[in-house]
Amino acid sequence: MSASRLLPRTFRWRHFTAIGALLLSFGIAACGDSGKEGSDRKLTVFAAASLTEAFTELGRQYEGENEGTEVEFSFAASSELAAQIDQGAPADLFASADQPNMEKVVDSGMADGAPVTFAGNLLEIAVPKGNPGNVQSLGDLEGEGLIVAVCDFEVPCGNAAREVLGKAGVEASVDSYEPDVKSVLTKVELDEVDAGLVYHSDVIASGDRIESIPIPGEYEVINRYPIVAIKGAGNEQGAEDFIELVLSKRGQAVLEERGFLAP
Amino acid sequence: MRSPGSAGADLARQTRPPLILTWPAIVAALFLCLPLLAIVLRVPWESLGEILTREATLEALGLSLVTATIATFVCILIGIPLAWWMDWLGRSPHTFRYRVIRSLVLVPLVLPPVVGGVALLMLLGRRGVLGGPLHDLTGISIPFTTTAVVIAQSFVALPFLVLAVEGALRSIDRNLDEVALDLGATPAQAFLLVVLPIVRPAVISGAVLSFARALGEFGATITLAGNLPGVTQTMPTATYVTMQSDPDAAITLALILLLVAVGILFALRDRWTRGVFS
Repeated sequence: MSASRLLPRTFRWRHFTAIGALLLSFGIAACGDSGKEGSDRKLTVFAAASLTEAFTELGRQYEGENEGTEVEFSFAASSELAAQIDQGAPADLFASADQPNMEKVVDSGMADGAPVTFAGNLLEIAVPKGNPGNVQSLGDLEGEGLIVAVCDFEVPCGNAAREVLGKAGVEASVDSYEPDVKSVLTKVELDEVDAGLVYHSDVIASGDRIESIPIPGEYEVINRYPIVAIKGAGNEQGAEDFIELVLSKRGQAVLEERGFLAP
Repeated sequence: MRSPGSAGADLARQTRPPLILTWPAIVAALFLCLPLLAIVLRVPWESLGEILTREATLEALGLSLVTATIATFVCILIGIPLAWWMDWLGRSPHTFRYRVIRSLVLVPLVLPPVVGGVALLMLLGRRGVLGGPLHDLTGISIPFTTTAVVIAQSFVALPFLVLAVEGALRSIDRNLDEVALDLGATPAQAFLLVVLPIVRPAVISGAVLSFARALGEFGATITLAGNLPGVTQTMPTATYVTMQSDPDAAITLALILLLVAVGILFALRDRWTRGVFS
């Protein structure tokens, strides 16, 4: 079928030309705008999923103090973010939930300066309200009848889970390796799993929607969170200021309140 | 559609391609081809064999093929009857009902798959609308099982089969049906022995499209079924999680899916594709 038959008779190619030119000019205008604003008014922060609540709050504080600056977050598994940065994602800052993923970014030459550790975090066993699976200890995760979710081992919380389970000598009967810690948390909140290993900070973030069982001190694994500015993303000053805020007394207070440990 | 015999000279005289169409067309073609070419260019050929024979790769591939095949059969079993009813309603004066049902069938087709996953979880999860009572009564929990993978795949693939078969049913002469009845066939016999053989090409092409859609399903699967190697980790899920740690392996998995997709197009190359969605 010829294309012209689909179009109204009055439609002429020069309309197409006009529309095309119009769209093109919009495109150019949009590019120009974002280029100008992006250089000093936007701060793009790539942060581990577990930092969602704490960094969102710090971002709000930062925006309040630096009028006109917009902080944009991308929260995901640190391993996912590290891979994206390696592929050239436009991040000004990277906050990882563990050292190995930070090392990937440093090794790929994308880090601007040396990473600084700003917080720590501990795993806990999260269970739905009322603890339907009657989970009391790590050993209970071996029960075949229980539905258990942990982070994928590529992800920091999964790596930590593997270490904790290894230390405790527990072979958990895992039903799903979730792509990041917040997916584990959501499945617990929805009561779709009987137990999940998440960070203490996630338990705090969930409030009374879930219950938790701490992991005994001898099996504890502490994740250290490093942060670093990323090269060439356009807002070096903003990145420096945000790291300063995270490390400041005020920033540390926010993190502590959200369940993180001091670095 | 141009017939194969039409003369090239004729065509050239009829329409000279305007430049304003040529360049965007080239951009569109490159836009579609280059990313796929990039996969092929980045394939780690030297470690290809090792990645392909990894247990994780074989498990994911095997699980994907098995679940997508089951999902395709589920689509055939329940999709053909639905297509028949839609066709029947479309021919009856109940056109409003027909339009409602057709819209409902189309929704999963345009719905973001992850939304389908959330919807299925709300329905079939342990605290879901249906899954809740099921779990309380029998202790059966659907999420995080291979069954959940098949359900997610069937949900997204079913519309393809239904629309393909309904399109074919609509184009056949329903007098054949009546003739069969007049000759003493029961309605079931008329359907199985007369109507079904006629629409068989549409059933096959619909099934192939459903299989392709089921094989590629990611969003609904990871939301409803999670990610456990050997149980719920399909090829797309494996590609996604592997991309974070081992891009070479992820590219290899992507290449397999790409080859399967090309194979499916090859299978559909002849008359099956015609009139599927007309």
